[in-house]
Amino acid sequence: MEWDWAFVREIMPTLLEGLKITILATILGAIVAAVVGLFLAIARRSPNPLVSRPVGFIADFIRGTPLLVQLYFIFYVLPDIGIRLSPLIAGVIGLGVHYGTYTAEVYRAGIDNVPRGQWEAARATNLSIRQAWIHVVLPQAIPPMIPALANYFIAMFKETPLLSAITVLELMNQAKSVANSSYRYIEPMTLVGVFFLVISLISVVALRFLEERFARVDER
Amino acid sequence: MPSPIIRIDNIMKTYGPLTVLDGLSMNVMPGEKLALIGPSGSGKTTILRILMTLERINGGHIEVDGEQLYHIQKAGSLVSADERHLQKMREKIGMVFQHFNLFPHKCVLDNITLAPMLTKGVAKAAAETRAMELLDMVGMADKAKSMPAQLSGGQKQRVAIARALALSPKIMLFDEVTSALDPELVEEVLNVMRKLAAETDMTMLLVTHEMGFAHDFADRVLFFDKGRIVEEGKPDDIFRNPRQERTQSFLRKIIAAGHRV
Repeated sequence: MEWDWAFVREIMPTLLEGLKITILATILGAIVAAVVGLFLAIARRSPNPLVSRPVGFIADFIRGTPLLVQLYFIFYVLPDIGIRLSPLIAGVIGLGVHYGTYTAEVYRAGIDNVPRGQWEAARATNLSIRQAWIHVVLPQAIPPMIPALANYFIAMFKETPLLSAITVLELMNQAKSVANSSYRYIEPMTLVGVFFLVISLISVVALRFLEERFARVDER
Repeated sequence: MPSPIIRIDNIMKTYGPLTVLDGLSMNVMPGEKLALIGPSGSGKTTILRILMTLERINGGHIEVDGEQLYHIQKAGSLVSADERHLQKMREKIGMVFQHFNLFPHKCVLDNITLAPMLTKGVAKAAAETRAMELLDMVGMADKAKSMPAQLSGGQKQRVAIARALALSPKIMLFDEVTSALDPELVEEVLNVMRKLAAETDMTMLLVTHEMGFAHDFADRVLFFDKGRIVEEGKPDDIFRNPRQERTQSFLRKIIAAGHRV
C-alpha cells in the first residue's frame, strides 16, 4: 500500500467540509452542555424535592446510558411521536444534553465551593435569590471550573464521530464515504486522525492557559 | 414613651433535637444600643441570624418596626410570610458578620454599591457618591478600588460595615465583628462602631466577647445562657454587680481568659 498525495489533494476539500461540521457540532454542543448543565445543577439544589429528585434521576439516567443509544433515540425514535429533527440538530442536542449531565457535576462542585457566608451576605444586603445567583454566586463559582469544563469540551470534540451514525456529514462520515467509493482507506482515515490530533493538541495548550489563568483560588 | 422597634415574643428555635432558643422574649427600643453576651452556644448569634432572616423560627412572633417579620395577614389570620415580605422587611435591617463575607470578586467600591443599585434602583453615580461618603467615614476612602483580598481583616470589616450602612437600615446587627481579627486590628473596627453610635440614632444589636467595649458602647446588656436571658441591665450593673450566679461565673471565666472589663 502506497501513500498517494494526489488522492490526498483530491479528497481534502470534502474532508475540510466535514471538519467544519465537526467543529460546528462541537461548539453548538458545548453551548448546549454549558446551559443544560447549569440548569441541572441549579435544579438539583432546589429545596423542593419535587424538582430536585426527578432532575437528579434524569441526569443519572442520561449519564448511565451510552451516547450512541441516545443519538439513535433522538434521531430515529422521536419521529415516531412526531418530533423530526435534522441530523445536525439531533446530534447537537444529543451531545449537549449528554455532556450537560457531566458539566452539571462540575457546576455543582463549583457552586458548593462558594462559601455559605456569600449567600448570607447576599441576603443581608437584601438581594433576591436570582440576584444572589447572578451577581454573587456564579461569578465566583464559574472561573475555577473553566478548566474542568474545557476538559469536557475536548472530550466531546473527540466523540463527534458518533454523529456519523445518525447521518451527520461530519469529518468521519465524509472520510467514510470517500473511502467507500474509492476503496482507499489509508489516506482518509489517517487524515481524520491527524485533524483530531492537531485540534486536540491545540486545545490542550489552550487548556493549560485556562488553568493558569483561572484555577488559582483567590483568597476569600 | 415610644414603642419598641423590635418585639420578640416567645420564639423557639431548634436544630433537630437541639433547642437553641427556648421561648425567648425581649424588646428593643428605637436607637437603643444593645450588647448580647454569654457563652458560645447560648443563642445570642442565633437571635441576630433570625432577625436577618438567615434562620427560620420554629415558633413565636417577631415584630420589627411595627410589622410582623415572619408572618403576614392573610384573610384575617396570620400566616407564614413569603419571600416578598421578607425582602421588604430586610430593608430595615443590616448585618455585619464575624468573617466579613465581602464579595471577593468585586472591588471595595462595587461591594458597597451592588445592593443599593440592585435592590433600590439607585443610579450608579449616586450609589458611588454615597459609597465614597461611607468609605470616608470608616477611613477606607483610599482603598475604594482595592480588591478584598488585598485588605487586612480590620480593613475588610470596616468595608463590610460601610456595605451594610449603604442600604440605610434602621437596625444594625453586629455578629462578633472583631472575633476573627488579629488583636492589633480590633481597635480600628471598634473605633468605627463608636463613631457610628455617636453620629447616628440607629438601633444596634451587638454580639461580642469584647466586654470592655460592650460596657462602653451599650445602653443595656443582656446575658444569655442556654437560649434564655439570664440577666439584663445597665452595663455597670451587669459587669460590676452581676446578681445571677451564672453571670458571675461567666464574667470570671472571661476575665481569667484575659479579656478586660
